[in-house]
Amino acid sequence: METVVTLTLNGEMVSARADQTLLDVIREQKIDLPTLCHMQGLSERGGCRLCVVEVQGAPRPMAACVTPVTEGMVVRTHTPELEHQRRLVVELLLAERNHVCAVCVVNGHCDLQWAAAKLGVASVRYEYLHPDLTMDASHARFVLDHNRCILCTRCVRVCDEVEGAHTWDIAGRGIKTRVITDLSRPWGDSPSCTSCGKCVQVCPTGALFEKGATVAEMTKERDFVGWIIRGRTKREWTW
Amino acid sequence: MTKLKLATVWLDGCSGCHMSFLDIDERLLELVEKVDIVYSPLVDFKAFPDAVDITLVEGAVSNQDDLEKIKKVRAHTRLLVALGDCAVTANVPSMRNPFGVDQVVKRAYEENVTLQPQLPTQAVPPLLKRVRPVHDIVTVDVHLPGCPPSADAIFAALVALVEGRTPDVAALTRFGA
Ligand code: SF4
Ligand code: SF4
Ligand code: SF4
Ligand code: FES
Repeated sequence: METVVTLTLNGEMVSARADQTLLDVIREQKIDLPTLCHMQGLSERGGCRLCVVEVQGAPRPMAACVTPVTEGMVVRTHTPELEHQRRLVVELLLAERNHVCAVCVVNGHCDLQWAAAKLGVASVRYEYLHPDLTMDASHARFVLDHNRCILCTRCVRVCDEVEGAHTWDIAGRGIKTRVITDLSRPWGDSPSCTSCGKCVQVCPTGALFEKGATVAEMTKERDFVGWIIRGRTKREWTW
Repeated sequence: MTKLKLATVWLDGCSGCHMSFLDIDERLLELVEKVDIVYSPLVDFKAFPDAVDITLVEGAVSNQDDLEKIKKVRAHTRLLVALGDCAVTANVPSMRNPFGVDQVVKRAYEENVTLQPQLPTQAVPPLLKRVRPVHDIVTVDVHLPGCPPSADAIFAALVALVEGRTPDVAALTRFGA
C-alpha cells in the first residue's frame, strides 16, 4: 500500500506519496519553481541549487529536487530570501564562463537565459571571470562549447541512464571542472557515442548543439526523455 | 514644467542601441515634449553638460577614453542607464578578454595590414587590459539589457524614468533580446 503524507506548502495543506520529492509535489501543485539540473526522467543531481525552498526547522534552504517529502513538513517556495539566493546562483553561473547571449546558438531558447529573465536578473554583480575555454567540434554532427556549459550533468545522466552509452563524464574539480567524452578524448573519436543526440537535446544551454546551427538557430526537444521513459516502463508510446 | 535633460553616450558598442533608440520613431516627438536632448552622438553638442537628469550609455568600457568619459558622465548625471548588453554585460566586446589585448592589437594593426604595419602611438586611445561592463566602473541606476533593447523597451523605460518611476525591466527585455 502506498503511504501518504501531508505537508504544508505555501500555507496550503497538500498530500503526497511518501516516495515523492518536494519538487514533484511543488510541480503537481502547479507552483512555478525554476530548475536547471533537474530533468524529468533522469536521476537527480541537486547541483544547481535553483530549486531551493525553505523547510521549517531546517538550518538552511533545501534543494527541492533531492528532498523527500515527510509528514508534517512546512515548506515555502518563494520568500524574498529564496528569490535572492536564486538570483545569486544565476549570476554566478553567468559570471563563471563566457555567456554572450547575443551571438549564442540558443539565444531565445536557453534555460539559463530564461531563468535569468524570470528571476529579474538584469545585470551580474560579480566580476566576469572570462576563462579561456575551448570547443570540441570533432564530432560529425554535434559541437561541445565549454564556454556555455553550466556543469548540470544532464548530458552525463541521459547518455548513461537512457541511451546506455555513458560517453560523458566530469573531470577536474572546482573551477577547473569540465565535461569530457570517453576519458577525455575528442568526441569525434569516441567509440562509445552512438550519435543519438540525446545529450544535445537535454543540454539546457548552448554548450551542446547541432553542427551548422548559427545564432539563435538551435532549438531543443526536451520532452522526448519523458516519452522514452513512459514507453519503456508503461508501454505507452504517445508522441 | 521645466523639461528634464536627457543625454546619450556611445562607448564600445556597435551603435545598434542608438539605432533602436531612434526606432522610437514618432514617439520621439512625445518624448521631446518632456525632455531636452542635451548631448548625444545624434545631436551637435560637443561637451557633456554639468547637470543631466538621465543619461543612456551604450557600450562596454574598453579603452582609456571610455574610462575617462564614463567617470565624467557619472559625475554629472542623476540617473545613469546602462543601455543594451554591451553596457550591461560587456557582451561581444568582452570576447577578447579570455585571450588578452596584445593579440587583438597585433591582429588589427600588424597581421591584417599590408602597408607599413605598426602599432598606433597617438590619436587611438589605448585599449584596457579587460573590457568591463559599465557597473564595474561606476554606479548604474538602471540596467536595460538586450542586443539591442527594442524601441518599445527603451521608450517604456524612458517614460517611467521621466515620470519618476522605476521601470519594470524584467517585463520589458532580457539578455540577448
Ligand atoms: S547559453 Fe544561454 S545564457 Fe549562455 S550565452 Fe547562450 S543563450 Fe546566453
Ligand atoms: S550523442 Fe548519444 S551516445 Fe553520443 S554522447 Fe550524446 S547521448 Fe551519448
Ligand atoms: S554540456 Fe550541457 S548538459 Fe552537459 S553539463 Fe554542460 S550544460 Fe549541462
Ligand atoms: S534543480 Fe534542484 S538543484 Fe538543480
